[in-house]
Amino acid sequence: MDLIELKNLQKTYHLGEVDVPVLKGISATVARGELVALMGASGSGKSTLMNLLGCLDRPTGGEYWLEGREISGLSARERARVRKQTIGFVFQSFNLLPRTTALENVMMPLTYSAEPLSERQMRERATALLSKVGLGDRVEHHPSQLSGGQQQRVAIARSLVNRPRLLLADEPTGNLDSRTSVDILKMFQDLNRTEGITIILVTHDPGVAHHAQRIIHIKDGLIEDGEAFAPEHEPPAVGGGRP
Amino acid sequence: MKLLRTLKTALRALRRNVMRAALTTLGIVIGVAAVIAMMEIGNGSSAAIQRTIASMGANNILVMPGTAASGGVSFGAGSVMTLTPEDADAIAQDCPAVGAVAPVVRARTQVVNGNRNWVPMFIYGTTPSFLDVRDWTQMAEGAAFTERDVRNASKVCVIGQTIVRELFGGESPLGRELRIQNVAFTVVGVLNPKGANMMGMDQDDIVVAPWTTIKYRVSGASLGNVNQSAASSQSSTTVNTLNQIYPNSQQNLYPVPSSTQQADTPQPVRFANVDQIISAATSPAQIPAAIEQMTTLLRERHHIRAGEPDDFSMRDMTEMTKAMSSATSLMTKLLLAVAMISLVVGGVGIMNIMLVSVTERTREIGLRMSVGAEPGDILRQFLTEAVVLCLIGGAVGILIGRGCSYLVRIVLHWPTAVSVGAIIAAVVVSASVGIVFGYYPAWKASRLDPIEALRYE
Repeated sequence: MDLIELKNLQKTYHLGEVDVPVLKGISATVARGELVALMGASGSGKSTLMNLLGCLDRPTGGEYWLEGREISGLSARERARVRKQTIGFVFQSFNLLPRTTALENVMMPLTYSAEPLSERQMRERATALLSKVGLGDRVEHHPSQLSGGQQQRVAIARSLVNRPRLLLADEPTGNLDSRTSVDILKMFQDLNRTEGITIILVTHDPGVAHHAQRIIHIKDGLIEDGEAFAPEHEPPAVGGGRP
Repeated sequence: MKLLRTLKTALRALRRNVMRAALTTLGIVIGVAAVIAMMEIGNGSSAAIQRTIASMGANNILVMPGTAASGGVSFGAGSVMTLTPEDADAIAQDCPAVGAVAPVVRARTQVVNGNRNWVPMFIYGTTPSFLDVRDWTQMAEGAAFTERDVRNASKVCVIGQTIVRELFGGESPLGRELRIQNVAFTVVGVLNPKGANMMGMDQDDIVVAPWTTIKYRVSGASLGNVNQSAASSQSSTTVNTLNQIYPNSQQNLYPVPSSTQQADTPQPVRFANVDQIISAATSPAQIPAAIEQMTTLLRERHHIRAGEPDDFSMRDMTEMTKAMSSATSLMTKLLLAVAMISLVVGGVGIMNIMLVSVTERTREIGLRMSVGAEPGDILRQFLTEAVVLCLIGGAVGILIGRGCSYLVRIVLHWPTAVSVGAIIAAVVVSASVGIVFGYYPAWKASRLDPIEALRYE
């Protein structure tokens, strides 16, 4: 079963009298364990699609199946629950809490999780994740004391702390230099291969998109070329090949 | 568990900007401190005022004999003789709400010393506890007469300042004599000045003597005639014979009844009645209890059956107690108003900063929502921050307020009294200020759209 299945997904913004159709019918699938890049120029609708995929917004038409559940009709509360149980976000601008240590930043999502964790368990899990992204010695640093790449790694650790099945990365390397970008992208590939987390990279940069197994091109709210569907024959866990 | 987590998150958020949190809560701190300090100082002074008013006789209760009526014509309060000194003793023994009680026999006549004379406003025959009832035990000179003087009907008296001035020209009257109705009284004490009472009557214009002396030696012949010179001018028209030893003694207005007449109209046995009984409740609040206890006791002693009217009446100083309670409640209300204003001002400050904080932390809110915070979580978090701020402010305010009232007591020597009610009220009010004024910003935060919030610059 596919992790994500989109059927004729539409999103139209109502700006006063004018209807602005941003997504005009997207149909696509993403299988479990895939590393997919979502590519398109700015204004193509990729950010809107990413908001829909991340359950931050609801579509105006079509169906969105996530883990076999149709979720386009959920209320704000129910979508928040889906987000905390299933999805992790990595943003272009990191979005770390200022004047808060790396550890507390990583622990923050656990505050809202349904899992009844003790303070010590939360601390242990966050520390383990920080070591995993290579920041085991920066646990007590504030974001202002970290470089861009380190901040993004803290953000990745934070996105993983609720053990999501789907990781959405919105231009994760947009604010980083090219060397650091490669490190971050390698980290996504590792996570995809070793943990089996499904990752969707949203980018406009072909160099970034090439790190993915499959690229979905979006133009003017429609899918441009034919790689929209997950290949049936490829078993997800094994498929981690680089282009 | 969840509450603890929310509390921790709130504390963490506040710690990120300690200076701003401190300034935000300053309004609450000042408000609560002012309330606490004023309440403690106000409580202290109102207790002092209450003591002062009580010394004016606010807790006094007057027991008067009942009303005689004949053929539909009432003779007014005090026209029957039903109260006895034994009633006063029984009240002192059996009524716990009554602090002191004294029987009073009144007279109104001329007082003479040498070539000066004067008609005092009050000539009271009573017991030494009269001075306890009136809170007048401090003597300017000498001492009060004793119970023994009462039993012996001793010719001693205690006089007020006005009498000293009028009869003795300001000299010390101790040990000297004055004559009331030709009975010579030795002055044993001089009362402290008390001034006019609420009706403007001079309370220092008083002679206090044992009630037995006044009743048996003076009053019997005095009530009918205030002006002795008028009486003596009457008597001067009659022939001054030898059997009239005292030229000023009163004339018999009516012919002396013959023995036959006396046998036909037997006189009732005279029992020692008093004109009134004056008592003081242990505190102004005890007045209703004291009245009830005394009524029950006197009805029993006077053998009044259920349903029959009392043969006595009681009066308390309603006007004074009202004045006292209104003074106290006015003070409390005033303080409450000031407190409310300062707390509302503080609350508006909290709301202001919380709104700024929500705007400033829009991205953070968006982030928290994207990692799965539900609108309720966000609402709770900001509300908790506001309440925690207010409670901390309240706690600091209580400490500062108590410190201020302590300083006032030490430095200015004003009376202060700890007000537990004010402390509890301060905590409750500051928490509710946090909820009321923190709700709108928190609600606003919880209604943010996560996408907009994340994109907010």
